[in-house]
Amino acid sequence: MTSTVDDVRRSGGPPRRRWRRPSGWHLVLIPVALVMAAPLLWMVLTSVSTLAETRRFPPGLPSGVHWANYTQAWSDSPMARWLVNSALVSTTCVVSNLVLCSLAGYAFARLRFPGSQVAFIAILATLMVPFQVVMIPTLLIVKHLHLVDSLPALILPNLATPFGIYLLRQFFVSLPLELEEAALIDGAGRLRILRSILFPLMGPPLSTVAVLTFLSVWNDFLWPLVVIATPNNMTVQLGLATFQSAHYTNWPVLMAATVISQIPVLALFLLGQRYFVQSIANTGIK
Amino acid sequence: MVAPSVVLIALFGLVPVVWAFLLSFQHNDLQTPGQWAGFDNYRQLVHDPVFAESVRHTLVYTLLFVPSTLLLSLLAASALNRRIRGITVYRLAVFIPVVTSTIATGVIFTWLMDPEFGLINAGLSKLGLPTFGFFSSPHQALFAVVIMTVWGWVGFGALIFLAGLQGIPQDLIDAAQIDGCTRRGVFWRIEVPLLRPVSGFMLVWLTINALQLFDEVYVTTKGGPLHATTVVVYYLYLQAFQFFHAGYAAAIASVLFVVIAVITLVQLRLTRDTSAGER
Repeated sequence: MTSTVDDVRRSGGPPRRRWRRPSGWHLVLIPVALVMAAPLLWMVLTSVSTLAETRRFPPGLPSGVHWANYTQAWSDSPMARWLVNSALVSTTCVVSNLVLCSLAGYAFARLRFPGSQVAFIAILATLMVPFQVVMIPTLLIVKHLHLVDSLPALILPNLATPFGIYLLRQFFVSLPLELEEAALIDGAGRLRILRSILFPLMGPPLSTVAVLTFLSVWNDFLWPLVVIATPNNMTVQLGLATFQSAHYTNWPVLMAATVISQIPVLALFLLGQRYFVQSIANTGIK
Repeated sequence: MVAPSVVLIALFGLVPVVWAFLLSFQHNDLQTPGQWAGFDNYRQLVHDPVFAESVRHTLVYTLLFVPSTLLLSLLAASALNRRIRGITVYRLAVFIPVVTSTIATGVIFTWLMDPEFGLINAGLSKLGLPTFGFFSSPHQALFAVVIMTVWGWVGFGALIFLAGLQGIPQDLIDAAQIDGCTRRGVFWRIEVPLLRPVSGFMLVWLTINALQLFDEVYVTTKGGPLHATTVVVYYLYLQAFQFFHAGYAAAIASVLFVVIAVITLVQLRLTRDTSAGER
């Protein structure tokens, strides 16, 4: 007879850790988590099914992993191009927001210049304007700049956002003036102060601006839909929507394309979950 | 230092607002220069049956979506606010829809809610319940959109409420429990009242987003069947970019803007009053 680990323990091994009754909350949380995760799990399962397996009722688990859907989704569309476009557009917007919003936020917090109050209030006011309201004139502006159907058209309106400026201004206002005074007396310029004294403190607000800008630009749909026409200039969201109308009811391939389109953000979310959660929570507490 | 941001925000934030307002008094097809139209667009708007329908759909959607999302995310946050084994996994499951794009959500739910082969109908028929046509039924499509978007937003709401719950000092809860308050009592008498500012923010945030519903409708139903899911922003999009009535669309946008501005200002007033009262 072979003795298992359990047998050894039962016959006088080291005493087991005191067994704690699992919390009753698991009974609530398991169904909640399942309902929330089910659509995404079903997406992944369908993406490795065969077409025939999605045409039966009731549906069941796939018989094996059918990777061909992924190769078909990848080769039937400029998916790689869409991902690169989305990455280019969102990183450019993130970097530019970090720089421009820091500069403007600092100036609005510390400097008095003619019109500074008016300008700040005007920026705050644009926070209230939904994009659908300014969409048509924005298209006309982009048209005047001869940028319709190009990546710069997607980048330009998102280079600096009022929310980022507001957030950083509030952050600088909360810092004690003493931090900067010594440097000012020693003759350091404002930019120098921002770069070498304040920058190391700016981690939390900057990561919030980065995460929120990234999510809003990466997941944006309406503006790309309005301004982009050529498949090669599309972002991944717009591309997925056109892919859907071309592959309607070929669910395995469509789900494979959806999985591919979600992987970058999902990967970033899993890697930086703490930053994501903190940043999104920041939108609510003000 | 401010120049680049101010120029950009003026160009893409302020100028378009004024321009949109001016456009709403023009006939404009986005190609040729517009012609002055006076109040024509607004007069037409009042008598447009499809616009009236789109307003009704938007209101029904908002009235269903906002309270259900608010309640479900509060309950989810409260359930997630414990220190038990595996809580990070539960939180992950609830939060992942926050980063799932609206388009992906729409594509996934079109499949889940497929009348013939979809997972949801399969589950319902297994339980002996009636199945649904979902997006293909004029009577059910709007409700299907509500269910889909609630799934997409509960994670966001739960995240915000959880942050609020974790900001409540533990001694308050301990003190109440020593005085004999039950768990349920702590939730309704202490946590919910202290979350008032967060709930106020959520209420407005969800309402504003509900009034701007577009992406999910575009991917799932394109406003159909039989206009059943034509909401205000979808109608605005149709008028501007399918029928090229940009002036008319701008009039719709102006109405939307006024409604949203009023809601935001009322909210700002209310939160200012409550926070002043608490201190």
